[in-house]
Amino acid sequence: MIIARVVGNVVATQKQEAHEGKKILLIQPLDLENQPMGDVIVALDAVDAGVGDRVLAVQEGFSAMTSVGHVESPIDAAVVGIVDMVEFA
Amino acid sequence: MYLGKVIGRVVSSVKDQALEGKKLLLVRRLPNGPAVVAIDAVGAGAGETVYVCRGREAAFAFKPQEVPTEASIVAIIDSIEREL
Repeated sequence: MIIARVVGNVVATQKQEAHEGKKILLIQPLDLENQPMGDVIVALDAVDAGVGDRVLAVQEGFSAMTSVGHVESPIDAAVVGIVDMVEFA
Repeated sequence: MYLGKVIGRVVSSVKDQALEGKKLLLVRRLPNGPAVVAIDAVGAGAGETVYVCRGREAAFAFKPQEVPTEASIVAIIDSIEREL
């Protein structure tokens, strides 16, 4: 999983059925100093995350599909948690 | 999935039989990533902003047919409300 920040919402009326009824979030992966790292990613929302939230995201089909409840569907990323805190040892 | 812009299409007459009748579109990953060939699954056209599903899951857009793809266009984007 990765830690990312929700930076936007994607609006798309013409899309695959499995993406219906789900918020489509634009997330920016973060490094350990909470700085942007790499390109933004489109991920379906499974936990009602909102813009500005720091979140946990999966970037692999099976976990993404099961988190949004659509197995065997064209989904490869999903937000599966909202990060409250990261504590370093 | 990732954001992309459709910048063209690819014509291929000799290809895997399961790719017959599928639109092969050239998509550049936004903001300035590489261009890949993705199979259209939602009727996308040149110039449109889309998002692409990668990997094994890309083939699920064509269930039950087993299509050899690891990139499918699964949505046409109307707008993006971006804050940060």
